[in-house]
Amino acid sequence: MSAYLLNRVGQALFVLWAAFTISFVLLQAMPGDAILIKFQNPDLGLTAQQVAEIRASYAADSPVFVQYAHTIGKFLTGNFGYSVQAGVPVSSLLAAHLPATLKLATLGFLLASVLAILIAFLSSLTPFASLRGALQSVPSLFISIPTFWLGIMLIQIFSFRLKLVPVINPGPWQELILPVITLAVPISAPLAQVLVRHIDDVMTRPFVGVARAKGANRQWILWRHVAKNALLPTLTIAGVLFGELIAGAVVTETVFGLNGIGGLTERAVGSQDAAVLQAIVVLSALAFVIINLIVDLLFPVLDPRLRTKIGAAA
Amino acid sequence: MTVIPKQVPPVLEVEGLCLAYDDGTAPRRVVQDVSFRINPGEVVALVGESGSGKTTTAQSIIGLLAANGRVERGSIKLNGTDIARWTDRQLQTVRGARISLVPQDPGNSLNPVKNIGAQIGEIFRIHGALRPDEIDRRVISLLERVGLSEPELRARQYPHELSGGMRQRVLIAIAIALKPQLIIADEPTSALDVTVQKRILDLIDELRAEYGTAVLLVTHDLGVAADRADRIVVLQNGRIQEQGAASAVLAAPRSPYTRELLAAAPSFARPVSRPQSEVRSSPPGVEDDIVVVDGLVREFAGAGSSRFRAVDELSFRVRRGSTHAIVGESGSGKTTTIRSIVGFDKPTAGRIVIDGTDLSCLAGEDLRQFRRRIQLVYQNPYGSLDPRQSILQIVTEPLLNFGRLKRVDREAKAWAILTRVGLPEDVFARRPHALSGGQRQRVAIARALVLDPQVLVLDEAVSALDVSVQARILALLQELQSDLGLTYVFVSHDLAVVRQISDTVSVLRDGRLVDGGTVSEVFEHPRSAYTRELINAIPGQSRRAAA
Amino acid sequence: MTTFDTLHEETAADARRQRQGQRSRAASTLRRVPPGLALSWLILATVFLWAVAPSLFTGYDPLEGVGGAQLKRPTAEHLLGTDALGRDLYARIIHGAVHSLTGAFVAVGLGLIVGTGLGVVAGSVRRRFDDAIMRLVDVFLSIPPLLLSLSIIILLGFGTVNAAIAVGVTSVAGFARLARAEVVRVRRSDYVEAAFGSGGTFVSVLWRHILPNSLTSVLAFASLQFGSAVLQISTLGFLGYGAPPPTPEWGLLIAEGRNYISTAWWLTTAPGVVVVLVVLAANRVSQSFGRAAA
Repeated sequence: MSAYLLNRVGQALFVLWAAFTISFVLLQAMPGDAILIKFQNPDLGLTAQQVAEIRASYAADSPVFVQYAHTIGKFLTGNFGYSVQAGVPVSSLLAAHLPATLKLATLGFLLASVLAILIAFLSSLTPFASLRGALQSVPSLFISIPTFWLGIMLIQIFSFRLKLVPVINPGPWQELILPVITLAVPISAPLAQVLVRHIDDVMTRPFVGVARAKGANRQWILWRHVAKNALLPTLTIAGVLFGELIAGAVVTETVFGLNGIGGLTERAVGSQDAAVLQAIVVLSALAFVIINLIVDLLFPVLDPRLRTKIGAAA
Repeated sequence: MTVIPKQVPPVLEVEGLCLAYDDGTAPRRVVQDVSFRINPGEVVALVGESGSGKTTTAQSIIGLLAANGRVERGSIKLNGTDIARWTDRQLQTVRGARISLVPQDPGNSLNPVKNIGAQIGEIFRIHGALRPDEIDRRVISLLERVGLSEPELRARQYPHELSGGMRQRVLIAIAIALKPQLIIADEPTSALDVTVQKRILDLIDELRAEYGTAVLLVTHDLGVAADRADRIVVLQNGRIQEQGAASAVLAAPRSPYTRELLAAAPSFARPVSRPQSEVRSSPPGVEDDIVVVDGLVREFAGAGSSRFRAVDELSFRVRRGSTHAIVGESGSGKTTTIRSIVGFDKPTAGRIVIDGTDLSCLAGEDLRQFRRRIQLVYQNPYGSLDPRQSILQIVTEPLLNFGRLKRVDREAKAWAILTRVGLPEDVFARRPHALSGGQRQRVAIARALVLDPQVLVLDEAVSALDVSVQARILALLQELQSDLGLTYVFVSHDLAVVRQISDTVSVLRDGRLVDGGTVSEVFEHPRSAYTRELINAIPGQSRRAAA
Repeated sequence: MTTFDTLHEETAADARRQRQGQRSRAASTLRRVPPGLALSWLILATVFLWAVAPSLFTGYDPLEGVGGAQLKRPTAEHLLGTDALGRDLYARIIHGAVHSLTGAFVAVGLGLIVGTGLGVVAGSVRRRFDDAIMRLVDVFLSIPPLLLSLSIIILLGFGTVNAAIAVGVTSVAGFARLARAEVVRVRRSDYVEAAFGSGGTFVSVLWRHILPNSLTSVLAFASLQFGSAVLQISTLGFLGYGAPPPTPEWGLLIAEGRNYISTAWWLTTAPGVVVVLVVLAANRVSQSFGRAAA
């Protein structure tokens, strides 16, 4: 068990290191001064001494591999460099923008899970074939809607037509209603699809037939036999969903003008602020790796088949 | 027909039952006008090959037809009440309580994420039959009753921690929990090894005697039916061919189909006196062993640093032109052995000599050339043919690999061999999925023979087939052997088949040779207790004894 | 005795019967196509025609506005209304099809060729090379696709082709993983072993059995990726990283329409509906491929 754990953590660290390297190659391995020249832009109002400090912090006058080693060292201590656009350390930018995104993502993910579970379980419980068909086609519709367009449509309908949600000066929770829906829809679709597929799959397994032969009704079978078997493999797409969540956050925050990591990302790309984007990429990879690590460690706890054997199976 | 006294009302009375599946447009009738009855405490066997409608009939009785299946006509009377058209809700009160089921495949019939105790206890909770605090005690006593050791431990274990036989015992415990009047046992042992099969059938018998429960035994194996049933119902293509007391049906079958089944069933076949004389008569001292296996060892890496020995110091020889059977239950190492013989797997130690060539020295192009001399026919004719190739392509491919022939000659040769194995010309251009299981196995045999090999290794090559198809393939194999002078290495778990077609036999257990010699030596004077147990487990003993 | 003539007649009759059989079979196949699938093909065909020959569908210029016709509601004259510069929206959507379709084709083509290539190599060569490729795939999968796209856009700069490449790179890992899994699955099958057993060399078995049997689901995946690529490219266009204005790229159309959200609802609604329909149709069609493959 501990060997498995070590191996798994080692793998995670490797992925993280490689993700850093890729982002470094993509974003920083351009001639050092190309970035740094931007800091000399008088609009930023940096003094000559500050610019010199930034140059030193990037090891700008050294060869690329020295810069690489230097940057890795900095990342390990939580120093992600300076934003070209804002002229402040990236870490303080991230700290300022993270709470808004965390709130949005958490609420969006919760709503998405509720939607997905409702769609999947209602469609498998309903006795009417037409309702079942309609419910099961919802995810394929959801997956085909561009997130940004959904946000705009929601604003158009609920804010401008129906005037249900104010656009100007909304309350702290009011301003989250539409973004959370916008974010939840694209997340719920793959989740619901996977759930529906696994429920259908488990429903055809012989042990469900045995449960029916015991005299169990459909609800009993769904909750006591199918639910856990269908939910377990759904955990494996947690990492993919996280990626969707990030993409959704970037778009949603842009559409609704929210000041989170997503909005920060959008502006960073717009102004070619590589340092900010690299920090976000590496942190996302870190989150992805941690999520998958948790899922992998959780599996043996939830699935008895992956636990070590108790007695002899003779 | 046996006359049933009026005073004993039957538990189950099926009359004029017609069942159909809706496949898209037209309903497909799969069971036609089936009528039979089961009296209390009686075992009735529903016998038939695949597609006979036996499983569909059994499913309809407990109301578990597939979603697209329905009862078109007829009645299913349980104690005089017709339940054929009951709603699911009504049937729920009957299922488990008055009719219960022992399913086909114990491997997948238990929920993998719930422990055994919960799955047995569930049936009491569903029917509200016991107070919650009594359930646990009852579960333990049931586990004990079906012959599981350490019942407290078993109740806490999960299905993957039990063997197939143990899981089937758990499923039987569930089936008897509420003392139903009828147990439907749907091929309850076809997924199990023969020795386990016998013990499970004994257990069902014992419980039936104890509780007075009637049993509907669905099986493809006439031998099992002969041993266990009071009455036999023979189904073919959804219609009853014959029914009556087991002894009467077996002793004097009236329908030609039953006669065909009886003739095909290897378990009833008398040990054939094969024309073995010429094989054996080669003067002593003259080496004519085409396959020599000497001290074969194959180890696999086990958990941690331990090594698992799949095959352990195995030695045997096969005479040219004879059939050698390798017999064993699952995990006996028979598959590993033949994979080494055909050169797919490198043994850890030991020597394999095929027709004078030592396999251990072969690699690369030499190994490829060697493959012409020994060919393997796989167990599963569905998986061993490329679904995207036509039958003709499949059989010409080996010739293409050793391409010395022109295209026309290749096709002529493939054509000839396909005809030789008894396939009609109109299937040559088709793809495997359009063929039946038996036809596919003929294709696989044709592919193996097209290179003119000397040795054919048959890995459970007839196990997946229906008995009548199996009998025809076995006849074909014998014919080919005498025409072409082939040597067979025949791997099987089915001793009845082995006795029918082989000259010599090796019995394997846990990778070791426990018995070996000519068929008559091994079957008539088995040296090991394990071989005796295997022989005793062959179904159909009762009939052979009577005959 | 059968004479030559009767034999000939028989074969001719046979052939006729066969032809008829084929024709009626083709007709019944057509009849059995579900209406949703037929509609999906129709949508994709229409959009394809838009991209190839936009002038067949509209006479308006997508870039030049008509004076005095700014922000007109949908009418018979302007089917989907006009934008702030008096350009016909319907014309702009039709002329935009080529950008979305080329983008999606480039993106899927990149993923398909590079990803499948890597996957097939990893699956057939195995051992160390396999390990190396799959670790790399893991790394690419660990970066959220949009962020990977954005990093590539920062590197390459904005533009239609660059956006397509950025989207394509994100699908490489998925293609590689699927192709490898399929190759490994097929390699384990009895018929591949049988092919080696009947004297097949590695190359011949790979060519005759492994590739044809493993690529079916890869192609189904590619068609699924097509819809997703259309979505991602429109997203990049909306964020302003794709084709520059005044290109009528669909995502950009929606972004421009945003400024008139309270007054001109059609500017955002219409292009969005088109995107949704195209993606739905592509997914439906790919689903039918997947079923045929299974």
